Amino acid sequence: MANLSSFRTVRDVHSAFESKKISPVELTQDYLNAAKKSEIGAYLTICEDVALQQARAAEALIQRQGRVPCLEYPLLGIPLGIKDNLNMDGVKTTCASKMLENYVAPYTATCVSRLQKSGAVTLGKLNLDEFAMGGSNENSAFGPVRHPTHPDRVPGGSSGGSAAAVRANLCFGSLGSDTGGSIRLPASYCGVVGMKPTYGRVSRFGLVAFASSLDQVGPFAQTVEDAALLMDVMSGYDPLDSTSIPQEKMNTYAATQTAPEWSQIRIGVPKEYFVGGLTPAVEQSIQASLKWFEKQGAQLVPISLPHTEYAVSVYYVVAVSEASSNLARYDGIRFGMRPAASDQAKDLNDFYMKSRSLFGPEVKRRIILGTFALSSGYSEAYFQRACQVRRKIVGDFNDAFQKVDLIVGPVSPTTAFKLGEKSSDPLKMYLNDIFTIPANLAGLPALSVPCGIDEEGLPIGLHLMAAPFQEDRLVSAAHAFQNGSLFGKV
Amino acid sequence: MHPEFEAVIGLEVHCQLATETKIFCSCPARIPADQSVSEIAVNSNTCPICAGHPGTLPVLNQKVVEFAIQAGLATHSRINLKNRFARKHYFYPDLPKGYQISQFELPICENGWLNIETDAGPKKIQIQRIHMEEDAGKNVHMSGFSLVNLNRAGVPLIEIVTGPDMKTADEAGAYLRALYAVVTYLGICDGNLQEGNFRCDANVSVMPKGSTVFGTRTEIKNVNSFRFVEKAIEYEIARQIEVIRSGGRVVLETRTYDSDKDITISMRSKEEAQDYRYFTEPDLIPLTIDEAWIRKIESGLPELPEQMKSRLVSSLGLSVYDAGVLTGSKTLAEFFDRVVHKLGNPALAKPAANWVTGEVSRLINEQGIEIQQSRILPEHIADLVRLVHDQVLSSTAAKQVLALVWNSGEAVEVIVDREGLKQVSDVGSLDPIIQRVIEGNAKQAADFRSGKDKLLGFFVGQVMKESGGKANPALLGELIKKKLLG
Repeated sequence: MANLSSFRTVRDVHSAFESKKISPVELTQDYLNAAKKSEIGAYLTICEDVALQQARAAEALIQRQGRVPCLEYPLLGIPLGIKDNLNMDGVKTTCASKMLENYVAPYTATCVSRLQKSGAVTLGKLNLDEFAMGGSNENSAFGPVRHPTHPDRVPGGSSGGSAAAVRANLCFGSLGSDTGGSIRLPASYCGVVGMKPTYGRVSRFGLVAFASSLDQVGPFAQTVEDAALLMDVMSGYDPLDSTSIPQEKMNTYAATQTAPEWSQIRIGVPKEYFVGGLTPAVEQSIQASLKWFEKQGAQLVPISLPHTEYAVSVYYVVAVSEASSNLARYDGIRFGMRPAASDQAKDLNDFYMKSRSLFGPEVKRRIILGTFALSSGYSEAYFQRACQVRRKIVGDFNDAFQKVDLIVGPVSPTTAFKLGEKSSDPLKMYLNDIFTIPANLAGLPALSVPCGIDEEGLPIGLHLMAAPFQEDRLVSAAHAFQNGSLFGKV
Repeated sequence: MHPEFEAVIGLEVHCQLATETKIFCSCPARIPADQSVSEIAVNSNTCPICAGHPGTLPVLNQKVVEFAIQAGLATHSRINLKNRFARKHYFYPDLPKGYQISQFELPICENGWLNIETDAGPKKIQIQRIHMEEDAGKNVHMSGFSLVNLNRAGVPLIEIVTGPDMKTADEAGAYLRALYAVVTYLGICDGNLQEGNFRCDANVSVMPKGSTVFGTRTEIKNVNSFRFVEKAIEYEIARQIEVIRSGGRVVLETRTYDSDKDITISMRSKEEAQDYRYFTEPDLIPLTIDEAWIRKIESGLPELPEQMKSRLVSSLGLSVYDAGVLTGSKTLAEFFDRVVHKLGNPALAKPAANWVTGEVSRLINEQGIEIQQSRILPEHIADLVRLVHDQVLSSTAAKQVLALVWNSGEAVEVIVDREGLKQVSDVGSLDPIIQRVIEGNAKQAADFRSGKDKLLGFFVGQVMKESGGKANPALLGELIKKKLLG
């Protein structure tokens, strides 16, 4: 068995294939074995047969061509994990919920099928907070995911399985979804790269909806370079998603191949992101990272995003409202499990009450909050008001990006916390999303790249945001940072 | 109706659009003409999208927008250039997503109207709005359990909402027939009432005559025949008046019409009414309609019932009533137009209209079919009209011919020849018969000569009998008179 951690990038893997150091089938088998042996709870379903079949096809292709045809198949033989709220034809999509415990998807999500068509091997489905609702991956009906290096801690959520699996070498890269930070937060906690693209870049067709106006699919990888590669493959217009942007396919990977013109880059440092709450280690790492950018020649510009303080409130009205609607279909009639008790239901209402009791507590809490926020008589004060404030937050970013090219700050005020530490206090958990939420509300591209570790060795993530469709800038700066900064070299 | 009260009626019509595919996916939406809904295999016209599978998203069918714009233009509505879709939430087994994608704010059409004929002359009925939405599936109740058929889920509908403008069941019926004519003329609705292509909810209230404050209304749901809507409204008005007159209060509620018993029955009170929790559908971007597209659709609109009606009155000289009856049904109107075209003589339009609204309508109504489903062709009617006009056929004989055409579809000439129904207008062959009849009825002949004019009819009848019904009656009268008096 090869040492899986010896492959840092897709390029490394492809040259190992070409030099016959390892074959795609061997690599896939190694990952499958690692996934099966792992005890961190990252996988919910392992698709051994499908994965090996894909790996054999990759192997045959390489044998036939005598090389890796990486232009047509940029991900040939690369083993990936898929968050279990993205559909793969014939495979269960549980959303880590009792409700969908036995749901087998009849079609494949557009983003997943694009990865598969580019040669990727899909190893299986990764654990998450139930219906992507949570920041710690403790809200999974099938048990939490544990932090890959500190098993008494959380990996972050909701894409906890996706981040932990990449860090623990249970897959080479993975897909997650980000509604309020669900990619960037676990990437930060686990010390990997996680990227949320501009809203509309990646098709949501086949992503089980949590909050439709906020959800975006994005990649996890060890490196910015590979995250960019996955993004490029997944992105582009999809006629099955009306909110996907009719644009040419991205080539952000190219942006990693040339050094940034630092003197042309203005980096915004929002004062609202540095007011209390940051642990000293996080504060120090972020400041050190900012200094690094300055040293390269970038200009640091103090900016203000005055409506930041409302972001969490706005988010937890908009997201729960949309969620209450999106989750209405899980009623035990067409979708959702039917508990045995529902057979004894007195009437239809009683039936619904029994079947919908299968949701976990956090999901129930959000459905009830969202139902309230949309009710007649309250919708104006909550949902509609939140939508108005959301436009103010968008306005903050529009103003800021007149002056700067990137906004840089922390992903999270802290590093990974202990399992159970915050689960009794949902509000505390919600506040953890304060830095990641604004990018979702404004539809901006953003990523987390490792920038340090705290005194316990827990990773710290640096948060970079750019104006809509400026993924190139984001990726180019983050790639340079990852390869050039002290921490990147570690 | 009790003279102290007046009724206020508003209607909501759900009209199924005749697009080939569903509103948000590419499943078939239209039942082939030679099939009925019940012949389509249960849940066969479905896909992950219209079945509401997790992760699916709606994509709007452009044809639906085009049809809705046509409906708006034909009802003189304003077409909103900015449209939004909204989610309307309620739990019901036939609703796979737990919400229906509909329109709430910014519907596609607003502020239109449609004219109806009433006893007091034409009346304008306001159309407040027309919006696009998806239909739900259908629950099938078995003994002890229910099944769900999603073939209809995602079939496009437009909902057409009037103001509280009608006062009687007849006015409501007239509006429904006028609206039905519009959507079927446009071809945006197949108009099959039995299959629920055109369903009506009626809001009914009563108030003291002359009052400006509406009474509490009830809503009668989902009636799919014009006659039943009228009867349900009639019943409901009488019921509400009775409730008020006996000192009670009308309750805001939803009622259903039982056509067997001809009564309305309470379904649920509005206190248990749903809070639909409307909000903008985030999976669909706002729809922006191009003004030029509207103009293009407008220029392609067919002749509408109102326009056709005035044409029939002004250029063919039909009565407003006949024109109304003819244009009330697209199929009948098209048939009539072709008869007139075959005749090539506008002077014959009136008798042609009498045939189509009279004998022809009677025959098709008896069978409950559309004219196109019968064997009668426009040329049959044109031939009959022409032969009667040329006095080749008596109108009695013509009716006989029509009955034979109805059964066989043979050409009129063929039937007339075979049955020997041609009128005898030739004096030479009638003369000996008249002579014989006068000779055989000498007393009546004498009475006639002495001034009993009425006896002419007797002689005409006798000669007609002798001639086997083929004599031309007008000519016959003249000949007999001449012979008796001359």
